[in-house]
Amino acid sequence: MDSLLNSNRPPVFCPGCSHEQVLHALDKALMGMGLAAKDVVIVSDIGCSGLFDTFFNTHAFHGLHGRALTYATGIKMARPDLKVIVTMGDGGLGIGGAHVLSSCRRNIDLTLLVLNNFNYGMTGGQCSSTTPQDAQVGSGFLNKLEKPLDICQVAGAAGAPYVARISTYDKELVEGLESAIAFDGFSLVDIWGICPGRYTRRNKITPKNIENDLAKLPDLGAYKISNAREEYGRAYRQEAAKLLPSGKPVRIETSCIAPQPGRLEVVVLGSAGQRIITAGELLCLAGAAAGCHAAQKSDYPITVMRGHSVSDIILSDTEIEYTGIGNPAVVIALAPEGVNRRKKMLTYLSPQTLVIKASGVELPPCQASIIEVDFKAEKIKSQDWALVALAVLAQQNTVLTMDMLKAALQLRFNAGQYETAIAMVEKAVVSLCRK
Amino acid sequence: MGLTLMEGNEAISWGAMAAGCNFFAGYPITPATTIYNTMLNLLPPQGGVCLQGEDEIASIGFCLGAAMSGMKTMTATSGPGISLYSEQISFAIGSEIPIVIVDVQRLGPSTGSATKGADGDIQFLQWSNTGGLPVIVLAPVDVKDCYLLTMQAFNLAEQYRCPVFIAANKEVSMTRETIDLDGLNLPQKIDRRTAAVDQSFLPFGVQDGELVPDFLPIGGDRLVRQTSSTHGADGYITTAPDQIAKMQQRLDDKLKKNISAFTYYDEYLVSGADTLVIAYGVTARAAMTAVKRVQQSKTKASLLILKTLWPVPEQLILEKAAPYQRVVMAEMNLGQYVRELQRLLTDKKIDFLGQMDGELIKPGQIQEVIQNG
Repeated sequence: MDSLLNSNRPPVFCPGCSHEQVLHALDKALMGMGLAAKDVVIVSDIGCSGLFDTFFNTHAFHGLHGRALTYATGIKMARPDLKVIVTMGDGGLGIGGAHVLSSCRRNIDLTLLVLNNFNYGMTGGQCSSTTPQDAQVGSGFLNKLEKPLDICQVAGAAGAPYVARISTYDKELVEGLESAIAFDGFSLVDIWGICPGRYTRRNKITPKNIENDLAKLPDLGAYKISNAREEYGRAYRQEAAKLLPSGKPVRIETSCIAPQPGRLEVVVLGSAGQRIITAGELLCLAGAAAGCHAAQKSDYPITVMRGHSVSDIILSDTEIEYTGIGNPAVVIALAPEGVNRRKKMLTYLSPQTLVIKASGVELPPCQASIIEVDFKAEKIKSQDWALVALAVLAQQNTVLTMDMLKAALQLRFNAGQYETAIAMVEKAVVSLCRK
Repeated sequence: MGLTLMEGNEAISWGAMAAGCNFFAGYPITPATTIYNTMLNLLPPQGGVCLQGEDEIASIGFCLGAAMSGMKTMTATSGPGISLYSEQISFAIGSEIPIVIVDVQRLGPSTGSATKGADGDIQFLQWSNTGGLPVIVLAPVDVKDCYLLTMQAFNLAEQYRCPVFIAANKEVSMTRETIDLDGLNLPQKIDRRTAAVDQSFLPFGVQDGELVPDFLPIGGDRLVRQTSSTHGADGYITTAPDQIAKMQQRLDDKLKKNISAFTYYDEYLVSGADTLVIAYGVTARAAMTAVKRVQQSKTKASLLILKTLWPVPEQLILEKAAPYQRVVMAEMNLGQYVRELQRLLTDKKIDFLGQMDGELIKPGQIQEVIQNG
């Protein structure tokens, strides 16, 4: 098997840089695994580890600082057959922390090699998320104040099933890399090494020190068992295969005749839980069943289950231009929360506007004609008031007809729900008409 | 035929599917969330991929990796998310990665108002990239545009290998409307041009007479290099000024020289009008009503609706404005796109109507400016 290193671009790391040793170890690992250049993607981060993709003659992707795992995830989801290897320094680890944690949680089959040399080599040796507190680095006293991160414990806690620490100078580095790359899932190897260009100038660090420090750290073996699970991409495809394709968007054929021509605006004012938005949708569907154009906008708080719920509906026999409410033909007022939201509009209502109002809901003085409905006396549940109000409107042959409402209910609900809704509407209308 | 009731965000999603989108990643944010919801319903059962990133940066990063592996990708967000996208947008521009980016604009600045509409990102979309290179921005007026312009956006991203923005607005995206899907005049689906098997391939090499490099996916038989660094045709970092200048110029030219191929607009011409109203997005609808209302009066106005906002369709604007003495521009911000008109139409009187209060600009307000300046 031939080397996958780029013969036209020999490595140009600083003399004595640990990265160069990792580069050759990675090449040996890839050769040992019999991987061809076209089957491998090196995704490199920013900093000295970001030079890896150039020195390999494989597929290569070099992007923004800390984001290498995001590109790698996209590549692996698109091409599950590829071996995707991410090289990142301790800098990328810090700036891209959210992506590291999420990759651990996701367990997508990527190999993350952290080329950990305890400082930002390329920008002058500033402290990183792994710099020891007693180190002398280019960030003055700042690193004294922050605890270094043991990425392996963090990754294990975040769900990575393969986590390993190794020294660049370990005789088993090649085997270590091979086993991480061969692992079916997310693997992270924290590779400690020396940065002769910046770090060793003021800090005593030797292969022996690294070996001793690594030996003192907690064992990681348990994560392999506790975090063992199906690889993300495969699990994703298994879940997706169980799903049925969603149906095509429904086409509503014209089956009714609208009672009035022109543009008609309806405002439904209520509170959370009153199915105000469903009522608005029903009105749009009713309009569409009469061949009208329809538009609906809704207004409700970001938190749900309390507060106002308002729906603005426009039905028109011509294309709807402006989607705001100018002069409503109908206002349905079912709760003070909604009424308060549109107080100003209510004071300007014209005498031609019809208001259907629930008993007990106070309106500001206005010129509109008002139909009051005592829903409570009819023992109609609050969640059905909006639908019954539409039926009352249909009884008046205003905006919609009973045929249009039935067509809308048929479009919106399944057979069982439809029967219940129709029965409820008919009973309410009969009872209300009697009064 | 029959009408379908659909909100703008659903139409964007269905348009994406019709264009061949097979990869979506997003992070939930009002008022863009329903695009993600819809894509999650549509893509996985068809063998596509829909992911929820840990943040916006990851979401667009997934898309860029997938796009370079041959997928047709889309992401969707609103103001706070588009801000986070910006480093990745610069990457996609400079490294010629096709992607459709939907910005469902909400009232800013910053987190602003999640449920209020605005067109406050219009200049940001063009200038959020470091380097200041051109981008394509399309602005839908209604649910129909959401469907059609999203299809066009995919085609343009494929053709020009660049990010293409849909500058939507909460007022279009979260408004449910009827649409005649069978009556749509759908564009032909266009795929990126791939390098011929019998020709040598360089990741950013451009054939004679072309401005866009041929594509090969990461993971194919021929090796592909992608990099965010300043690169030569071979995809390796370069410091050679002539190579750099050539690349930058090509990135500028590939969109600006082809703008006539994707200048989308509508117009409503009124004979005897001496004023031209120019509008885009949801405001164009109020402008249409305003123009029709004054049609029989003494102060008549025509309407030009811009659907391609960037690169600025300069030729179109100059030609369409030529017969008029005065231009009225209305937009849901305090004066962004009007700057482009002021730059171009130096011999016209330009009256501006801007509003940034979370409400739609009303037809009456535009009518007032048409009639009284």
